[in-house]
Order: sequence, then structure tokens, then C-alpha cells
Amino acid sequence: MLVFGFMAVLPGDPARVALGVNASDEAVAELRRQFGLDRPLPTQYVDWLGGLLRGDLGTSYVSKAAIGPQVFDRLQVTLLLVVAGMLIALVLAVPAGTVMAARHRRLSGVALSALSQVGVAVPAFLAGILLIMVFAVKLGWLPANGWTPPAVDPVQFLRQLVLPALSLGLVQGAVLTRYVRSAVLDVLREDYLRTARAKGLRPFPALWRHGLRNAAVPVVTVLGLQLATLLIGAVVVERVFVIPGLGSLLLDGVSQRDLILVQDVVMVLVVAVLLVNFLVDLLYVALDPRLRTGSR
Amino acid sequence: MKSYTTRAVAFVASAAMLALTACSAGSSTSGGSSTGADQSLSLGLVAEPASLDFTTTDGAAIPQVLLGNVYESLVKQDESGKIVPSLAKSWTVSPDRKTYTFDLVDNAKFTNDKPFTAADAVFSINRVKSAWTTSLKSAMDVVAGAKALSPTQLQVTLTKPSNGWLFRMTTRIGAMFSETGVSALATAPIGTGPYKFSKWNRGDSIVLQRNDGYWGTKPQFQQITLKYFKDPTALNNALLTGTINVITTVQAPEALSQFTGNEKYQVIEGTTNGEVLLSFNNSKPVFRDLRTRQAIRQAIDHKALLDTCFAGRGKLIGSMVPPTDPWYEDLTSVAPYDVAKAKSLLQASGAAGATLRLRLPTLPYAISCGQVVKSQLEQVGLKVQIDQQEFPAAWLTTVFKSADYDMSIIAHVEPRDLGAVFSPTYYTRYNDPELQQYLAAADAGDEAAQLDNMKKAGRRLSEQAAGDWLFLLPNLIVADKNLTGLPQNAITENFDLSRLARS
Repeated sequence: MLVFGFMAVLPGDPARVALGVNASDEAVAELRRQFGLDRPLPTQYVDWLGGLLRGDLGTSYVSKAAIGPQVFDRLQVTLLLVVAGMLIALVLAVPAGTVMAARHRRLSGVALSALSQVGVAVPAFLAGILLIMVFAVKLGWLPANGWTPPAVDPVQFLRQLVLPALSLGLVQGAVLTRYVRSAVLDVLREDYLRTARAKGLRPFPALWRHGLRNAAVPVVTVLGLQLATLLIGAVVVERVFVIPGLGSLLLDGVSQRDLILVQDVVMVLVVAVLLVNFLVDLLYVALDPRLRTGSR
Repeated sequence: MKSYTTRAVAFVASAAMLALTACSAGSSTSGGSSTGADQSLSLGLVAEPASLDFTTTDGAAIPQVLLGNVYESLVKQDESGKIVPSLAKSWTVSPDRKTYTFDLVDNAKFTNDKPFTAADAVFSINRVKSAWTTSLKSAMDVVAGAKALSPTQLQVTLTKPSNGWLFRMTTRIGAMFSETGVSALATAPIGTGPYKFSKWNRGDSIVLQRNDGYWGTKPQFQQITLKYFKDPTALNNALLTGTINVITTVQAPEALSQFTGNEKYQVIEGTTNGEVLLSFNNSKPVFRDLRTRQAIRQAIDHKALLDTCFAGRGKLIGSMVPPTDPWYEDLTSVAPYDVAKAKSLLQASGAAGATLRLRLPTLPYAISCGQVVKSQLEQVGLKVQIDQQEFPAAWLTTVFKSADYDMSIIAHVEPRDLGAVFSPTYYTRYNDPELQQYLAAADAGDEAAQLDNMKKAGRRLSEQAAGDWLFLLPNLIVADKNLTGLPQNAITENFDLSRLARS
């Protein structure tokens, strides 16, 4: 509803954008009538909502094509990118965070800690630009931009995925590392771990068997929040790497005042974030048996 | 522990499922093709079309791809600006200059396998009036009627003599459609051209395939991919890393240096029809005084401005006429840079110290040139307030539609748009009966009269300081060294793909 309101007050008229600079007022009015833009705003909103409930995302003002398939297609691209970014972040953060916590008083731990601090400060798009400059333009190892569906050419798909996924994953990984570190540090101070050590387990096996699962609960919470951030980050990274995902669709929609399209994309993003939060809740239950006992 | 393991397995399995379903992600997106590298070519472009239907959607991006490549017109413009045959082999004009008779080629056919005949031409011309919605359709208002004398002979009658009409027939207005091929113009265009439309991956690229049934000389490349880049740096990187072979329009000329010294690339620099205009709202009282308008023109050091905001690329012009128009004259000396003169003109007109609102579209060249204009005008005692209007949506509404501005900066890229831009109903609100006389005489007269009157019109605009022409946008192309057939000057609506070849 808010998005609808904002798009309606923004200066700019989709009909005029479609017809261009020399369009006569009559032509614009006629197109507004065709689009249904001449109806009162609440009617437009209810119409859109009704379509949504029937699973119809509507027709774009600008391209006159159905929005549903387009959004679905773009969503998959963005999801692949986000999942790849998340995996990289996890692969980086869990070992690094654990090592940082275990060695938090030693030089190697402090050095890693400082490095992650730098990572936190770098925005994803800047990481993207730097990665392109080094690995694509200077070294020529990987393509600078573009997108190939995995079904068409898996090798090219992976080659093109590496840099954008890295630029998302490195930054999120740095953030995540900080949380893993503090979660593991907390766990290290717990009595049960001391008991485990007392039984004769060496530090890392003790942490592995008894600590990590407990440390995972706060980390999963952050992970859920970060997925939302990743979706937003993907909007910018898609632009830098010329990837036809949901983000670029959203930006185009806004600049062309394609109200319905913008509404749909925002709705999809909202649903995605809600879904992630739901999955996070499920994961809690999987990770922590104490959360399950009540229902049994 | 066991249940934990099964859950972990289930989690991994569902992740794998996600990856599998996502395998078709962006499947409407192009990938590597089986066509060999010497058979295919990728071009990097800037603005992606919103639709493929230029009969109902405006914007230069659609004809750039489709005209001349997928659609053809009866007549076209060659690189020097001359009108030459295309689907019409030849044509004659009646002595009263109102009846045109075209002899059409007899071997052209549409990609839906229907032959091109005079009936299709009549259909296409009539359809402009009946079905087109963009404003360009008004170019067809002068047509009284079109009829097919035979399958290869077309007669068009005008209500009054008009040179402008035949010229407009070289633009998208003149595109020839098949009577049975207009049902899905927005997604599946059908024409007679050397290429046929293959695939549009929205947000990414358009793919064209060679039309092997083409009636004329067949092009060299089997497949051409037009890839769209919003970000100029990404466009440059794509060429540097071999993703594309051509940058059709260099957006950031200051970045050219990475190509100029490199033996892998060629840089082409020519002219366009894009006059970058510092427009005045001539309906505002402050601009009613000729001396104020002249003062603004003379306060601007155009050479320095071009160096600062477009890296010195481009050409200085003194009026709304590009060098490729037959009636071009160098009018840069009409308003030479002269700070003292500008100051005294402002004193005389009483505009010294006035505040002007410069409302800029959010386009890189407009923003950077706007800063230079502001500082130069403030040197002669004007106050300039800059505000930015998001382009296209907000700028079109505030500046273009409502004329709620004092000055703006934008490139007018339509060919021969002098009369359209400086008219009382356009956002320049320029009402000059003398100019209108010249334009009417040029449109109705023979070739000599047209030349003479258009020269007068160009000079009139410059002397009346109807606006200030900051510079002419250059045609800047960077491409693989061995590629030939690229246009030196970009003066038509289309990017001609048919002549591209590897040497």
C-alpha cells in the first residue's frame, strides 16, 4: 500500500514515458484510459490486489507483456546469486569465526579479526568493481559481467557467477564472521565445555562436538537477517555485473513508472523475506531440542 | 543423533532441489550459442527498448535495432544524408510536387513468407494514421491517399507539396509491415530486412538471425546479439574482456584512453544529429528580451565547456543544424565568447542579477555541462539554481509537459528537428512567425528553395538566440580492430548491421 502511494505521488506518468517526448495530450489520455490509470487510486489498488489473489500479477504498462513469468524468471536468477553468496559467506565465516574465537588472544586471531573489520566496511558494489578490475580486466581469468542460465552452459554459468557471488559473499562473510566469533566465544565460556575439556577432550574436538551446535542458534538468527540484506545487496550487484535479476527489473520499473511491475517485485521480495524468516524458525527447532520439548 | 543426521540429509536434499529448479533460471536469457565466433557478433548498446513496437511506444532504442535490420522502408538515407532507394527501386514526383509514384522491388518477402507488394505499402501507410499512437504519426498527416497501381507500383498523393514527408519515410514512419504480420508487434516483429528477430531476453539482450531469404545482399554474420548495459563502466569492461565486439555509443568519453592506445581496438569518431541544447523557456518574461538571450550565449565559453564535460569530443555548432544536413553552415561566430559584451547586454536588458532555474535531467552529460553553465553564467552576474529531475519520468512531466523551468539541457537527437523543437507548442515555447515562414517555404519548395530557406531558418535561430547550442554529440564507437562496415556518422534512427564484416 505504501509503495502504491509513493509511486502515485512521484512526478512522472507511465503513459507519457511510453509515448515519448512529442506525444500529444490526447494520445497520453487515451493510453492512460487503456492502462486504467484514469480510475481512482483505491480502485486501481483493489484491482491489483484482486489479481494477485488469483495468481495474476498483471500486465506491464511499458512492455505490455505479462509480468508473472518475467518476475518468476528474474527471481530464480536473484535467488541463485543470493544462495551462492550466502554459501560463500558461510564457508568463509564459520571456520574463520571459530578460529578467531579460539585464538582470540593470539596474533593470528587478532589479524583475522582486523581483516573481517575491513570486510565489514566495504560495500558489496565496491567489492564488485575491485574484483572486476583485478580478475576480469587485469588478469582476464573470468568474465567481467553477463549471465548464462546453468541449463544452457553450466561452465560459463559458473564462470560468470564467481565474481558477483564473491562480491556479495565476501562482505556478508565478514559480517557473519564477527557474529560466529562472539557466539563461539560465549560458548567457550560455558560450563559444559569446561566439563568436556575436563573429560580429556582436546579443545577443537570439544568445540566441534559440544559447542558449535549451541553457537549456531544466534548465528542462524543473523543469517536470516542477512539474507534480507543480501537480497537488497543483489539489486546493486546485479547492476554492476549486468545480471538480469529481480533488482534490475525493479530499477527499470521505477524509472519507467511501471507501477504494477514495481508493486509485484516488492511483493515478491516481501514474501521472500517472510519465507526466510519462517525457515529460520524451523531451523531453530532443528538445532535446539529444548525448543521442541514443549510440543511433545 | 540419528534424527539429526536425517534432518541434515533432508536439508541438503532440499537445497539440491532448489538448485535444480533454479537450473532454468534466466532461461529466457541468452547463452553461448552453437554458432562459431566468426559467424556471430555481439554489440553493446545503452538503452534497452521498453517494447519492440515503435508504432505505440516512443524512444530511439526500438528503431535503432529494428529499422533497416528487421523492417525496411521504401527509401532510406545513406551516410551522407542523401535519400536513396530501398524497397522502392525508383520514384518520380509530379510537377505540382503532390504525387509520388514508387516502383517497388519485386523479389522482397516478409519473414512470414508473404511477398512484399504495393498493397502492403498502402496498408503500412494507412496504418500510421489509423493505429499508431506515438506523436511521430503526424508526419503522415500530409498524405491524402495511397493506392496500389500494380503489385509493384505505388502512388501516394499529398495534400500539399512536402519535402519533409519523403524524408520522414526514411525513418520508422516509413517502415513496411505485412498485412498479416502486425498481430504481435511488441514481441514478434515481422519485416523484409536482412535480419529476422529471433529472441528478446528482457533486461539483457536481443538476438537477431540472418534472414537467409533476404532479397538484397546477404549480410556476413549469421547471428547478431545486441546486449544492453546501463552502466558505462560495465560496457567498457565487456569489450575489454571480449564479451562484446563493439561499443556502439561511448557514454563516458573520458574513459576512451583505455582503448585509443590499444592495438586490439579501433575508435571511430564522427558526428550525429544530437544537438545538446541549453534550452530557454521563451514564454518567461526574462527571456522575452533578445539581449538577455544573446548575453547568455556570449557568456558561455563553448570550447572550455566541451573540454570539461565531454572530454573535448564532439563538435561546436552555432545553431540547430548538424554538419550532415545539406543546409549546414558554420554559425559558431554568431555569438562568440565575450564576457564584457555579455555583461553589458545584461545591464541593457535589465536582467543583471536575475535568478534562473536550470532544471537538469539526470543524464551524465546534462549534469556535468550544467555545472559549467552555472559557473560561467554566474561570472557575468546571473544567479543560477540547479535542480535535477529524474529522467525520463520526472523531467518529461515538469520541464517538457508543464514547461515549469527557465533553462534546461538535453540532447535533441531526432533528425531535422529544427522546426519541431522551436515551435510555440514545444517546451521551448518559441513563437517566431518569421521562422515558421522559412520552414513552410522550405517544405513546399523544390530542392534549391528548400536549401535556401533552411539556411535562413538556421541562421534566424542563431541570431535570435532561441537557445544555446552547447555542442553536437559525437558518434563514438569502439570496436575490434578487424571489424568493417561500422558507420562513421550516426545520422539515421537505426544502427545498420547489414554491412558489418570481419576483414
